[in-house]
Amino acid sequence: MAKTANAPPVRVLIAKPGLDGHDRGAKVVARALRDAGMEVIYAGLRQTPEEIVESAIEEDVDLIGLSILSGAHMALFPRVLALLKKRKASDIPVFAGGIIPDEDAKRLRKIGLKAVFGPGTSLEQIVTTARGIARHRA
Amino acid sequence: MRGRPRLTQAARQVLAQDRRVLGRLISAVENRDPKVIPTLRALYPRTGRARVIGIAGPLGVGKSSLLNGLLAHLRAAGRTVGVVAVDPSSPFTGGSVLGDRIRLEREPGDPGVFIRSMASRGHLGGIAAATLEVTRLLDAFGMDFVLVETVGSGQVDVEVREVASTAVVVLVPHLGDEVQTLKAGLFEIADVFCVNKSDLPGADLAAKDLRELISLARSTGGWTPRILTASARDGVGIAELWAAIEAHERFLDEAGTRAATERRRLSAEIVGLVTERVGHDLAESLRRDPRLSNLLDRVLSREVDPHSAVEQILRAGPRRPIRVP
Ligand SMILES: Nc1nc2c(ncn2[C@@H]2O[C@H](COP(=O)(O)OP(=O)(O)OP(=O)(O)O)[C@@H](O)[C@H]2O)c(=O)[nH]1
Ligand SMILES: [Mg+2]
Repeated sequence: MAKTANAPPVRVLIAKPGLDGHDRGAKVVARALRDAGMEVIYAGLRQTPEEIVESAIEEDVDLIGLSILSGAHMALFPRVLALLKKRKASDIPVFAGGIIPDEDAKRLRKIGLKAVFGPGTSLEQIVTTARGIARHRA
Repeated sequence: MRGRPRLTQAARQVLAQDRRVLGRLISAVENRDPKVIPTLRALYPRTGRARVIGIAGPLGVGKSSLLNGLLAHLRAAGRTVGVVAVDPSSPFTGGSVLGDRIRLEREPGDPGVFIRSMASRGHLGGIAAATLEVTRLLDAFGMDFVLVETVGSGQVDVEVREVASTAVVVLVPHLGDEVQTLKAGLFEIADVFCVNKSDLPGADLAAKDLRELISLARSTGGWTPRILTASARDGVGIAELWAAIEAHERFLDEAGTRAATERRRLSAEIVGLVTERVGHDLAESLRRDPRLSNLLDRVLSREVDPHSAVEQILRAGPRRPIRVP
């Protein structure tokens, strides 16, 4: 097989854990990442942490982006991180966006979330950060 | 070849059901990483057991929804299933949103399913360049069936034939112009036609139209395409769809054409890979050949035309100097 000259595209999983039914924000982010040349696996609404981690493994993503509005982030995000660890996939970085109070964001970063975006964050900033934290292939 | 190639560590892990390693190998294949070739070589003797079923058809007709129905049907029967769902890459940015997963449901933690989304990465024909090799990895992993969903680009989804032994073409009621498209491409590849969204009016009429079209067409190799209706939304017609797929698979075995068909597919694959390799090497050596630049000057000044330039290059051969008159 001939090796392609440019680096392969970043693969990113975008999922919405929790029970709230709005994914407009997640879709906008998905499109922005696509326009930045990434392959975005869009897993959709109401994903359990187990489903998210399984998808990340099957899709071999370089990055996971979680969007949440329901307020359940302190229950769900640590669970995703713990499951990644259990599946020996902690090398896949996770970022989150949505309505997450500063206090919580701080604690989530401490346990391993790579970035937390509030509602006012520009897409440009999300794309730049995503590119920066994505796992780099050997 | 002498004996079986040695198992690489990755090959051993795939055979031991390591899903993380399988996921990574698929990426390596997609990225055309040459390091993966020893593993592919090691796994090849363990492939050939899985049946690969293609689900093609225009955008939004319900391919993923039907695939989801088939997935549940097969799991209920205790069969393991790999899924490869291809979506288009943007020709401008190379980016892609792969959304087929949204429609696919499964039991939590079910080890009998492995779903992978793939971007076409500029490959035309409805699948990605790496799709065949990825179906093989899922085969080696132990999946009984691999379901391949094409890009959904209508008439050009024809390459599913290169990877699948049975091709389903999904349509919806009120075919209209779609029938024209069909004549141009998808029509020839279908072993089974499924008119989905039969909960909407017009499905029976569409099936009847198809039946007429098909009676005019020549049946290929003794198989007349089956035509059925289904509603993925209501879970209607899924068992019948699978029965039609199985009937075609049985036909391939009974008519003894499976080996011949596979041989044809392998021939296309190997010829394609050789052509790609040779073409790549040739292009590299040509680009570095200073005589090409000389020739280009003369083409640029209209002294030599491009076709004569090609003749001269071919006559000189890749490694010998290009003789410029
Ligand atoms: N009424 C009706 N709608 C359906 C049926 N099956 C699928 N749909 C709807 O059709 C739309 C497209 O369904 P998908 O399964 O994503 O179709 P697809 O062919 O995989 O789409 P692409 O992968 O984008 O080409 C969705 O809104 C589905 O809910 C059906 O049997 N009846
Ligand atoms: Mg689809």
